[in-house]
Amino acid sequence: MEYTGDPAGPVYLDAATAVPLHPVAREALLAALDDGWADPARLYSAGRRAQQLSDAARAALAEALGVRVDEVSFWPSGTAAAQAAVLGGLAGRARQGDTLVHSAIEHSAVLHAAARGKAVEVGVDRLGRLDLDAWDQAVSAPGVALASLISASHEVGTRQPVAAAASYCDEAGVPLFVDAAQSVGRVDVPPGWSLLSASSHKWGGPPGVGVLVVRKGVRWISPYPQDDLYRPGTPGGIDLPAVVAAAASLRAVRQEAQAEGVRLSALVERIRTRVAATVPDVEVVGDPDQRLPHLVTFSCLYVDGEALLHALDRAGFAVSSGSSCTASTLRPSHVLEAMGVLSHGNVRVSLHRGTTEADVERFLAVLPGLVEGIRREAGL
Amino acid sequence: MDLLLDCRGLKCPLPIIRLAQRIGEVPVGGVVRVLADDPAAANDIAAWCRMKHQELVGSPGPDTFDVRRLS
Repeated sequence: MEYTGDPAGPVYLDAATAVPLHPVAREALLAALDDGWADPARLYSAGRRAQQLSDAARAALAEALGVRVDEVSFWPSGTAAAQAAVLGGLAGRARQGDTLVHSAIEHSAVLHAAARGKAVEVGVDRLGRLDLDAWDQAVSAPGVALASLISASHEVGTRQPVAAAASYCDEAGVPLFVDAAQSVGRVDVPPGWSLLSASSHKWGGPPGVGVLVVRKGVRWISPYPQDDLYRPGTPGGIDLPAVVAAAASLRAVRQEAQAEGVRLSALVERIRTRVAATVPDVEVVGDPDQRLPHLVTFSCLYVDGEALLHALDRAGFAVSSGSSCTASTLRPSHVLEAMGVLSHGNVRVSLHRGTTEADVERFLAVLPGLVEGIRREAGL
Repeated sequence: MDLLLDCRGLKCPLPIIRLAQRIGEVPVGGVVRVLADDPAAANDIAAWCRMKHQELVGSPGPDTFDVRRLS
């Protein structure tokens, strides 16, 4: 069923983790389950039908992303696509160097791939913006094989200077990988990159579809064993119905993106302003202007992030947090740390097409009291 | 150093809460030494000082943070 902001039911405000399935995705998924179950590599009619669906989905995704059809491959998740980009990009440039340059605010999937070899980290400022001078210096150093920059922070929403970073990479002859999971379907990613990854469930498609784009002329060697068909991409079959739904929903989402961007951005602005005004000792983090339209993060002094998440859940709001007590690693978010902003009492609110003004107003109405209650319990 | 707060073993935000509750016990210009081993402590004590307009003098040793009361 399509997600709608039912005034009596729970309000889902964690779109940056997963967007509720877009109605177009649901429709396409159901149709493709009936029609696209066969192996596209087989020559009988059901296989040919699946192949047609696969080709059409690939073409639609390539068109939506503004790239060639043969530059697109599908992966089991955005994480798998991002890690394939990093590992395959490094392998393809092994003769030129062995070092990965990456921002300090990459997704942990990229940092884990980076930990496989040599890596140089480039910092960000208090607003979460890449230090471009340090980036220039880092990518120009000898031995750099690949650079990696997230298009916009998944934790604080700050959009990164991708075009400028790409031009420094170009001058240095280093390919740039852009993890565009939070941007694709919402805002355009500036050109100049060599590899790009995205994730279907971040734009309203089904989970389990990662997209990797490797531009023509970029050397990329799969980190996995080759399959019988010598196809670039993940070994084995893909979840074709999910891929079909991902492609259909990306096209639909892009058509709505401008109007939704304006609508959600105004709601985010309202949250930024109102939280700062109604919650004492709060830090609203991230760039107030160069930001994603749908995502806002703030940290409440003296508040246990896990307690606040549970209190919000009981009040009917699903949000996310970068506080250490809410992370499986028990470490504070590396993004908040890199920015030097408060990491405890952290809340990330991210909106989607089902989010209504009333949802946001209800959230803003209950938040100050919940924060106050937790502080009172802590003896403040 | 005018006051020692041993917050080792306490999880964030407890070390920051202790610091906020006790800093008033030292005179303006005085220094509170916070011992805290939560992995978020270094980041969050610095952020607290910035937000509350107090001075992080430095970290003279592991898990040790000196904060000067400015107001």
